Amino acid sequence: MKTWVKILCIALLVYTIVGGFLLEVPRLNIVNESIRALYFHVPMWFGMIALFTVSLVYSILYLNKPAFKRDAFAVEFVHAGIVLNILGLTTGMIWANYTWGSPWHGDPKQNGAAIALLIYLAYFVLRGSIENEDQKARLSAVYNIFAYAAMIPLLFIIPRMTSSMHPGNGGNPGFNSYDLDSRMRLVFYPAVIGWTLLGVWIAILRVRVRFISEKLLNLEHD
Amino acid sequence: MTKFFKLLCLLILPASAWAQPIEMADTMRSEGKIYVVVAILLLIFVGLITYLILLDRKITKIEKKLPPDSNS
Repeated sequence: MKTWVKILCIALLVYTIVGGFLLEVPRLNIVNESIRALYFHVPMWFGMIALFTVSLVYSILYLNKPAFKRDAFAVEFVHAGIVLNILGLTTGMIWANYTWGSPWHGDPKQNGAAIALLIYLAYFVLRGSIENEDQKARLSAVYNIFAYAAMIPLLFIIPRMTSSMHPGNGGNPGFNSYDLDSRMRLVFYPAVIGWTLLGVWIAILRVRVRFISEKLLNLEHD
Repeated sequence: MTKFFKLLCLLILPASAWAQPIEMADTMRSEGKIYVVVAILLLIFVGLITYLILLDRKITKIEKKLPPDSNS
């Protein structure tokens, strides 16, 4: 990751924290100031989707032409994506407790996110259960494609077919009027980019550690 | 008369002190002290990012110790 990307990431997140708390937001009943959680809760999900998408691409690349590097990217981007998923779920539970009335509301999107988490955790169960490195990489790449294909309907299709309390779901696609508010966009989009870049940064650090340990292993064999 | 004057002084002096708001560094205390929360969050964020940057540099250092890439 280039240094300027890291600086951009930090700058966007500092702006998110300052702007997210101090700039004007729409005054709405029930959500009140908690609407600012949008700048922190929702980017977790955007970041997760971005990381899982990168992982999916590397898995497909791996199946096309097996290489250690491709597998390393696929694993670590899922790993960082799961961290964002858990943060998204827990922040959502805090938010739901004070706006919907209970932390686990059985909202279709909430359930879908939890099932997606389980599906992706199973990715690591699968990897842990195979000894042979090539088999591990190939089978988990296939599973990763399945996991992505299962996550998309869970998060984006099913919540729209039933009624969901998440804005933009339950029949009316796209963003609801409140997050389309132009004042909020000014912070929301930078926040999405910033948090996503932070996830990518951490994932790449983990990839590099994986490269190092692989190199050390090769040195021992020589 | 002196008594009345003293009483007048006691009544008026504090009032005149309160009459105009005194300028202090109030930014951090205004709007329900939200700026304090922002400062705390920024500090935590800067701390975590510093930690991440140090980790990044440490990994770079180790990478440089290893022999350059051959094919993997």
